[in-house]
Order: sequence, then C-alpha cells, then structure tokens
Amino acid sequence: MMTEPIPGPDATASGSLALDVRGLSVAYASARGAVSAVDDVSFAVASAEVVGLVGESGCGKSTVAASILGLLPHRAQMRGSIRFDGEELVGADAERMRHLRGNRIATIVQDPTSSLDPTFSIGEQIAETVRAHATVSRATAKQRALDVLAEVGIPDPRSRYDDPPHRLSGGMRQRVVIAAALVNDPTLIIADEPTTALDVTIQAQILALLLRLRDERGTAIVLITHDLGVVATVCDRVVTMYAGQVAEQAPVLALFAHPSHPYTTALLDSMPSAGQRPGGLQVIAGTVPDLAGALPGCRFAARCAHRGPRCEARPPLATVGEGHDVACWLVAGGVGL
Amino acid sequence: MSERLRFAGRRLLITIPVLFVLSVFVFLLIHLVPGDPVRTMLGFRATPENIARIRGELGLDRPLLAQYGTWLNNLVHGDLGRDYVSGASLTSLLRTSLPVTLELTSLSMVLATLVGVPLGVLAASRGRGWRSGTEGFVIAGISIPDFWLGIMLVLLFTGTLAWLPPSGYVKLTDDVARNLRYMVLPVLTLVIGETAYIARTARSAVEEALTKPFVGYLRAKGVAEKSIVFRHALRNAGVPIATVIGIQFGVLLGGSIVIEYAFGLPGVGKLTVVAINQRNYTVVQGGVLVLAAMFILVNLFVELMIGVIDPRVADGAGA
Repeated sequence: MMTEPIPGPDATASGSLALDVRGLSVAYASARGAVSAVDDVSFAVASAEVVGLVGESGCGKSTVAASILGLLPHRAQMRGSIRFDGEELVGADAERMRHLRGNRIATIVQDPTSSLDPTFSIGEQIAETVRAHATVSRATAKQRALDVLAEVGIPDPRSRYDDPPHRLSGGMRQRVVIAAALVNDPTLIIADEPTTALDVTIQAQILALLLRLRDERGTAIVLITHDLGVVATVCDRVVTMYAGQVAEQAPVLALFAHPSHPYTTALLDSMPSAGQRPGGLQVIAGTVPDLAGALPGCRFAARCAHRGPRCEARPPLATVGEGHDVACWLVAGGVGL
Repeated sequence: MSERLRFAGRRLLITIPVLFVLSVFVFLLIHLVPGDPVRTMLGFRATPENIARIRGELGLDRPLLAQYGTWLNNLVHGDLGRDYVSGASLTSLLRTSLPVTLELTSLSMVLATLVGVPLGVLAASRGRGWRSGTEGFVIAGISIPDFWLGIMLVLLFTGTLAWLPPSGYVKLTDDVARNLRYMVLPVLTLVIGETAYIARTARSAVEEALTKPFVGYLRAKGVAEKSIVFRHALRNAGVPIATVIGIQFGVLLGGSIVIEYAFGLPGVGKLTVVAINQRNYTVVQGGVLVLAAMFILVNLFVELMIGVIDPRVADGAGA
C-alpha cells in the first residue's frame, strides 16, 4: 500500500477528537487508469459522538471504513491523514494497525450470520478478541466475554457461551457482534450497516442498544448506512458522500431541516415515509459515474436537476451554517458563469 | 453437549445395519464361487469322502438361512471358522496378522495426515513457492502407482544405499527398533500417495475458507493472521479434510494388501491374498470381514470427528 501522510491543518488541535480524517483519498490502479474510490474526504468525530456516513452503494463509505481500519487491499493507494486519538494511522505499520483493530477501534459488521465463524462458539469468538490484544488467562477472557454478553442483553450468557452462531436468532447474533466490539472497551466503533439485515423491531432494539452504550461508555461511533431513517434516529452529525466525495456534512437536525446539496435533497425525497401513497416515491435518475480516469467537475452534475456551466469545475466546500458544509456551486455563488 | 451425544448415538446406530449388510455379503462369498466351492477348495484332494466331510463341517448341506444363523452366532462369539489348509483357527491367524496391518495402516494414515494437512494449509496461505511445490508433489504422489513406487524405494534404499532390509517382519513387541526398520519402506510407499490426496483436499478447502466473510471480520477484530489460518480456516476446512481421510483409509487398506504381499509383511492383506490363491475360502471370508470392518469403524470415527469439528453437522443444521 502506497502511503503519503499529509498533516492536517489543525493536526495539533485534533488531539481531543476520537477521529480526524483530513483530505483522505484512495485510488486503485486498474486497466483503465486509476480509479478514485475516495477523493479528498474530511470529517471528524468527537468522543461520544455518533456520525453517520451516508450514501448509495459504491459511494466510498466502506472504503473510508477500511482506510480507518488499515484493511484496504494492498493495491490501494492512500493519501491524506487519519488521526485516531491523536495518532496518525496513514503509514502506520501493519502490526500497530492489527493491535488497534478490535481493541481501540472496533467494528460492527452488517451481516453477523456470515461474519461469525460457524465452527466456533459465540463465546470463544468474543474471548478470542480479548486474547488477541491482551495477555490474559483463558478464564479472564471468558469472564469478560460473559460480562459483555450480559451487557448487550443476551439472556443467560453462561448457558449461551458454548452455542455456535447458528443456534441464535439474527438479532441475537447482531448482539454478539456488538458484544465483541465492546469487549476491549474501544474509543471508536465503526458500525457498517449494523441493522440492514434485521427486522424493523429488532433494528430499533439494536439502535437503542448502540445509543445506550454510547451514553454509558462515551464511545465515538461512525455509523455507515444508506438508511436515513436510522440516521435520524441515532446520529448527531451526518456526512453525505457521493461518488467518493463529501457532498454535505451537517448536524442531523440541520441536514433534515435545510438540506443544501441537491444530492442530499434527492436522498431525502427518496425516503419512504408513513402515509405515503403507493408510487409516490421519488427515485434519483441516473447512476453513479464511472470513477476511472480524471473527474474534474462536480461528480453529481450528470444526475443533478440544477446543473449549470460552473459544474464543470469542482465545487468548493462552502459553510452555510454552524458545522454545516456543502460542496455545491448553488451555495457557492450559483451554477452560472 | 447433549446435541453432540445424540449425534454420536445416531451415528453408532446407523453403523449396526451397515455391519449387518457386511456380514451377509461376507457370508455369501463362499456361495458366489462358481461351481461347487468344496470341490474347488479341495482341488485334487476332492475325493467323495473329503467333499462330504468338509460339506458337513461347513454346514453346506443345511438351508442357507440356518447356515447364516450358525455362522453369525459363531462370529459373534469370536469363532470365524477354520483354515482348511493349515488346520489353524481363523481367530488365531487374525490375532497374529491383524496387529501387522493395524500398525502399517495407522502409521501411514497418521503420517499422511500430519504431513498432508499442514502442507495443504501452507500451500493455501503462503506465497507461490509453497503453492507450486505442493502442486508438483500432489501430481506426482497421485499419479505414481504404489507397487512401482515400492519397487523404486526398495531399489534405492536396499539396493543402492543398503540402508534398509528389502522385506521381512519382526514383531513390534519383540524389538521396536527392528520392527520399525522393516516398516519404513512399506509405510513410505503408502504414505506418499495418501499425503498427496490429503494435501490437495486441505489446500482447496482452506483456500475456500479463506474467502469467507468471517475472515474479514476476524481481521477487523485484530486476530493474528496465523490464528485466522490455522484455527479458523483450518477448522472450517475440517469437514472435507476428515471426509477424504476416511475415504482414503479404504484406498490405504486396498494398497496395504499389495504392499504387505510385496514386502513380506504377515498382515491380514497378505493372509487374504495367499488364501485366495489357495482357494481357502474361510480365510478369505475372515480377511475380507476384518478389512471391511476396519474401514467401517474408521469412517464411523471420522463421522464422529466431523460432528465435533462443525457443530452444524451435529445439529443437523446443514453446513
């Protein structure tokens, strides 16, 4: 992996933040030239803050998550800066990243059914996460696993400890994954679509659990999702990504009250709401552009109803309110020349 | 845990009808011989008195079902009949020959597993050197026939190098070191092919396991790569590996018949081959029964192991 750390503008002040991503770009070499999966993405997460990373499939959300975890494929080229608790992660060595993963930066996966090893008991898989990062006895690791299983609401953890994953329901398996994330008391949790695979009622329980843990432990959470309903429920701030770039970021209330990027507006319009007539759902016309080769202008322009001549150039990030930034010419002096 | 016990109980119960069917086939063996088995057995000694005497002793003049009943009853009581050439009881013949075969096959199986499984895992998880090296070994090991390999090994180790005896046997209980010297070549002959099959299965099964989503999640939890490969991927690959070991045990038993004969090991295989040549059917019956029972029991053990390796199998949840 090619790495080139660039110190952020306020690198010294970022010590108080759990996570500070500055100018992150990730590109893959391909037969048709470099594919820019993530381009100049910046956002920060304070401790005990829940930040939503929102966008369509392929918008680069998961690539951002993999960059933070140091799990990008070897052929990926990463530039920019990722500071975690003041420590630069871009260019950190593999063993250091392994030590942070599952320990101080935990992950909650989208699909616990395929993500848990079917041949090991759920308890062993949590205890293993303890022993991967600390030299403790098997008994201690087991006790910690039992404690977190109880904390996430698994009834009778002691009798469940030896159960393989297939004996648990989907919601229970997601609780196991959350327990594994909590067991080493992380500073930051990256939750990648944690409720997508679950029934609505279970979704609500899992989200409530995440919020409770944030309140009790002060853990910072990056919530990756395409579900704006989930965002509205749990996030403090939202980062909207489109085709590898940040389109808009804002406190959650400001985003829902005054969406300022045409893509955010379109996303909100495509959200089903109660009492809506059938067929009333708006879809965003067109598809995400091909990210191979040079993309100098606004990446959303091809699908945007408001596009004008200036959209040929990349829009700057303009501040429209307290902590509310938008990358669109509409708020940066108009789309006309 | 109770699910596992129930699973083990079910497997044990299934083995009973399998053993029953085996006993029927082995019993019928003597009746499958074209013509009169007693006349064939006796050859030039087939005087009418001899024929009548042997027929009476074998009970061949009684109804088939009654014959089977007597045979099975004797079998359950450890009486497999009598060798009509030497006059010895089959039980005593098997008591001396079975340990030889057990030693040969279990040494071969254990060695092949201990070498083949790690080789396959390394080929699946390390660089191209391990992969292509293993690939070459697998192709060679699978293609070379046992009997030819045996001859070549004898030529090399006893002919050219003069390190090892070409054939013969000393009991394990008499002299362990000399026993093992006689075992080296036959075991080596059997082990190479077995190792190749096991390594090939282990490689592809571990390779497949490493593409599963749980591997990415283990990395995200910071679990060390060595543990991901040797604990998680290997255990997930365990069902196909154990299955192949069970099947290959049958191949190994077949191979041991040839190998025992070629290396002069007085095992069940050699006993059976010699008996076939002498048309000594009761001995053939006993040898086949013992070899087939070994195969069934080893595969029962493999099935029980699979239930331990993958809890979904024990639960009947489908892997």
